Parts: sequence; structure tokens; C-alpha cells
Amino acid sequence: MFGLEKKDAALLLIVAVVTLCAPILLNPFPAGSEMAQFNAGYPDLMQRFAIYGIFAIGFNILFGLTGYLSFGHAAFLGVGSYSAVWMFKLLSMNIIPGIILSVIVAGLFSLVIGFISLRRSGIYFSILTLAFAQMSYNLAYSVLTPITNGETGLQLSLNDPRVLDAARTTGSLPVTTLFGAEMRSATSVQFGVWEWQFSTGFYVSAVLMLLALYLAIRIFRSPFGIMLRAVKSNQNRMSYTGLNVRPYTLAAFVISGMYAGLAGGLLAAMDPLAGAERMQWTASGEVVIMTILGGAGTLLGPIIGAGFIKYFENIFSKINDNVLHDWFAFLPDGLNDFVVTVIAPFFGDGWNLTMGLMFMAVVIFLPGGLVDGARRIGRLFRRKPAGAKRPDAATKPAE
Amino acid sequence: MGILEVKGVNKRFGGLQALGNVNLSVAENTVHAIIGPNGAGKSTLLNVLVGKLIPDSGTVTFDGQSVLGRKPHEINQMGISRVFQTPEIFGDLTVMENVLIPCFAKRDGSFRLHAFEQVANESLIIETAEQMLIDVNMQDKRHMHAGNLSRGDKRRLEMAMCLVQQPRLLLLDEPTAGMARADTNNTIDLLKEIKAKRDITMAIIEHDMHVVFSLAERITVLAQGTPLVEDIPSRIKGHPKVQEAYLGTTAHA
Ligand SMILES: Nc1ncnc2c1ncn2[C@@H]1O[C@H](COP(=O)(O)OP(=O)(O)OP(=O)(O)O)[C@@H](O)[C@H]1O
Ligand SMILES: [Mg+2]
Repeated sequence: MFGLEKKDAALLLIVAVVTLCAPILLNPFPAGSEMAQFNAGYPDLMQRFAIYGIFAIGFNILFGLTGYLSFGHAAFLGVGSYSAVWMFKLLSMNIIPGIILSVIVAGLFSLVIGFISLRRSGIYFSILTLAFAQMSYNLAYSVLTPITNGETGLQLSLNDPRVLDAARTTGSLPVTTLFGAEMRSATSVQFGVWEWQFSTGFYVSAVLMLLALYLAIRIFRSPFGIMLRAVKSNQNRMSYTGLNVRPYTLAAFVISGMYAGLAGGLLAAMDPLAGAERMQWTASGEVVIMTILGGAGTLLGPIIGAGFIKYFENIFSKINDNVLHDWFAFLPDGLNDFVVTVIAPFFGDGWNLTMGLMFMAVVIFLPGGLVDGARRIGRLFRRKPAGAKRPDAATKPAE
Repeated sequence: MGILEVKGVNKRFGGLQALGNVNLSVAENTVHAIIGPNGAGKSTLLNVLVGKLIPDSGTVTFDGQSVLGRKPHEINQMGISRVFQTPEIFGDLTVMENVLIPCFAKRDGSFRLHAFEQVANESLIIETAEQMLIDVNMQDKRHMHAGNLSRGDKRRLEMAMCLVQQPRLLLLDEPTAGMARADTNNTIDLLKEIKAKRDITMAIIEHDMHVVFSLAERITVLAQGTPLVEDIPSRIKGHPKVQEAYLGTTAHA
């Protein structure tokens, strides 16, 4: 199906079903119940799952396959956002031109940065990308203020030309659309005790994420994909086999930069503003962590990693002291206070601490990431008799 | 004139003259062995041939074209493949993928953005690679990670990766080192078979004299970076200068 092997088509289909049902699956707790705060099925967060999923899928094509660890990919995310917002200001609130431009501009930008950074490998490559990204961040923050609107960030204004939808101008700021369908519009459905929200913005992001995953699968299974894994494995052998390593790594770099640009464009399409902080090194580090946490070099890992981190960032961070006191209300007062004091640093604003510990645990005990963990558990349950071989286990990178 | 012409090549590493005025002519469609004691400069010479090292002086031509100054991948695309003394393979990839890569390199050149074609649809290339694995008797290991192979198997895999490209010149740096006797004999047979089947020139470095005398049509003896004698195998055997070189005396000019 779609030119994919059976196993890959099945994987894509499962991800598609799960993604399209996300508004239902991510709201398992009845609305208004105590546990409802753990529901992640609201449009704003689900969009972020999908968009950062795209970002991480693209990053994984570079890092997972070639092993080149870029510490500057947020620059391409930021460039994508700026490009899209400019499109919304100048041309139209339809997100299509904005997203196309963000992919193109991020592609060109990554071509330049990649061309220079890929003259080195290993830690020097990482440092070069980091330097370029920080340079971009600083430029966006100050020197390039006419383009980026500096500290305030680039926003829509009533005076924007928007040449294609000039006729539709009203007194208030316009919203992003896809041929008239507003990104922020959502339908709320009540089903028993549950409440689900189906929003245009999420479904646009979700479809693009599925497309991004589909392309990634094709790349993984292509001759080009094997070449990228060869880069990671033995560059010497590659040269002596007649292959020019540099263009392969550069192509991977640009493809992953374009994925980042798409993600950046989508972020702006969901919420039409762009700020320099989107390019900061912490944002670059985040996608590294997402990919490693989920499983670098696997197809699903980056999506799972992105989901995990965004869930923690948005849900876990809301668990403050009051909520904790509530949870442990069954304990006698003194003990309650004590327990809350001890665990509080790991919740709320301390979510970073928990995340960091989890990340450390994964890197130490599950070098293959969460996907590897899931696979190990799966193997435990359907262990085959000793000596049984899995003939195709090694032919393909794991899903 | 030979397909490979090395003229007046010198290479120094600091104070060490690794190659001193090396002249070598390898005739097309022959097997030319280069022998000599450890540290004689045999691998260094191959490094010059494949573009890994640039000599201090001298010329190297392959089929009339200069090799010097070209990048390793360009030299390979000219038709020169090399098996290294310590196997250079893609350890993280499967045996099959290891053989597919040179097939793609041969067909598509040094770079192609074949990102949307699927390996599974490349039936012709898969067939070629599979046949190659059968030829080196490794078809049952094709799903193994190459890094987990034994030393001898790694060597055979690397040889398969070179042979599948159908190079015009095959450079072999101790291809049977670390192999069991039976595998060594298989390798000799394989190389003879390939040689019989199509046009190929081989330059082979080998310490195992059984291999050398089974395959070589001409032998060059290298000692301390300089060719000592070059002749047909029967006249190399028992040549006094050769004995001398292997005993480590430095009495040569
Ligand atoms: N890159 C290098 N830098 C410095 N010295 C080198 C380098 N490569 C080789 N040498 C030295 O040059 C000399 C020739 O080495 P080479 O590897 O060519 O010998 P060889 O004939 O292949 O020996 P062996 O039979 O042990 O493989 C040795 O003394 C070696 O130490
Ligand atoms: Mg050597």
C-alpha cells in the first residue's frame, strides 16, 4: 500500500488511526472529574504533539540515520515561523502559501548552515550548528528587528497588506484558515460523561504529521536511506566504495531542516506569531531529547518522544502544591505536609527535574529509547522457544 | 604499458622513508603480487593508489589517467576497488545491505538523491547482491549484522563488496589473513573463478606464500619501501635477495 512494505503500511495505518482518534483517546477521563486535569485531548496541546512530532521525525532523519547531532535545529523552526507569519501579513491568511514558504526558506537556510557545518563531524559539527543557531537567535532578537520585530515578536496587524484577502478585511485581526476553514474552530461533542473537541487546526497538523511520517518511512527504506546509515557506520568504506559522503549528509541535513521549517510554519499557522525564543538553544536541545527519549533511528520513536515531552511540559507542570495536598488528603495533616514537601519539587514547575531523571534513566537503561523498551516488553510476552530465529529481524531498522 | 603505472613514487613519514622511488607496472588482466616483510611499505603503496595518501613525488596512472589528486570515491568510480588489511565494512548494517551499497554506487555514481525509490523494488540489484553472497558462500548470513561476523567472514564480505562492483583493478591487502585454511582455499578458488570469468586485474599483498604462488603471475618484492626484484613466481622462489629481505638484513642498495 502507498508503495510501502506490508509491515510499514500497517505501522502507518495504526499511527493514522490513533492520531485521527486522538481527541477521543487523549480524553479518557470524564469531563469535570478529578482526573480531567490529565486529559490531553484539547486542541492546543494535540496540535503541539503533531507539530513537534514533525520536528522530531525530521530531526531523526539526520541524527537517527547519519549520526550527525545538530544542536541548532530550532533555528530552522524559527525561520519557518517567521516566513509563515510574513506570508500571513503580506499575502493571505490561508495557511498554504505560508507553510510552503516556511519549508522553502528553512530548506535554503539549512543548505547554507549545513554546507559550512558539515565540513566537520562529531562534536565540532554539533558546536558549529549550535553557534549558527545562537547567531540566528541573536540576529532575530536585535539586528534583524525590521524583519523579526525583535523582542516583541512578529505579529499580525490591521495595517498588513494581505493582498489576496484585502476584500475580506474587517475591523478585527483576521485568523488563519485553510480555504475558509478557521484553524481555531472546534466542534465540541458530548458523549456520556466525556467531552471531545475536534478542531480544524489539530486535523490539519495531524494530516501533515502523517504525511511527514509517510515520507520518512519511504526515506528509511530507500537506497538513500541505506546510504545515510552507511554514513553513520563507516565513512571510509563509503568513500572507497565510490560514494561521496558530503552530499549525502548535506541532503539529510536539508531534508531535516525542511521538516523543521514545516513544523515552524505550522506553529505559526495555529497561532500567527513568531518570536526569537523559538530559535533558542533550549529549543534545539528539546528536539534532541525528544528523539533520544523516544528512540533515535526508529520510525515511531521521535513521535513518541515529542508526545511525552509535550505532555509533561503541559500537564505535569500544572500539578501544583494544592493538587498534591488534595491527592494526599487521606493522610494525617502532618504527614500530608511532609509528603507534599518531599515530592513537590518533582511536580509543577519541577517537571523539568522529573523529565531530566526520566531522560537519564532511559539513556542509561534503555539506550534504544522508549520504543526499544516497548519492544523488549513485547518480546518478553511472546518469547519464542529457545533457538527460534527471527529471520528478518536484522534486515531493517526497527520501526 | 600496464593498466597501472607507478613511477618514482616517494613517501616520507617524518624521518621514515616509507616508499622510496617505487616503480611498478601492473599488466592488464594479470594477478600481480606484492610481497615483503612487515613495514616494507606495501599498504602505504595501496594507500597512495586509492587516494588515501598523497605521495611526496612521483606519478600514478590508471588506464592512462592520473590518479593522484583525485578523491577516494573518484578513484573507485574509475574502476579501482580495495580490500583493506583490517576489514572496512559497514558494521551496523546487515551483510546484505553491505553488498547492496556498492551495487548502488556502481549503478548510480558517487551521489544520487534516490530518497523515494524503495530498496525492495530494486529486484535487479537485489539479485546481483544475492548472487554475490552465494559466490562467497555467505547467503545464509545475509541478515546478520556485519559487525557480528567472524574476522574471516568480514574479510570475505569485504571482498564480495569489492567484487560485486566488477572493478577493473582489484587491490587486495592480505585478503586471507585471519581465515581458516578451508576459507583461504575457497578464497583462492573464488579469485581464480572470477579471473577466469571476466577481465580483471588484481594486485595482491599477501604473507601467505601458498596464496601468492597459487594466484600470482608476477611478483614484486618490496623491502624498506623499495622494490627489490620483480619476476615470475618460479624465479622469485629461492631468489637470494628475497631470502635476504625476509631475514631482515639491509644489505640492498
Ligand atoms: N600514516 C602513517 N604515519 C606514519 N607512519 C606510517 C603511516 N603509515 C605507515 N607508516 C609506517 O610506514 C611503514 C610502512 O608501513 P606499511 O603499513 O605500508 O607496511 P606493510 O608493508 O603494509 O606492513 P605489514 O605487512 O605489516 O602490513 C611502517 O614503518 C609504518 O609504521
Ligand atoms: Mg600492510
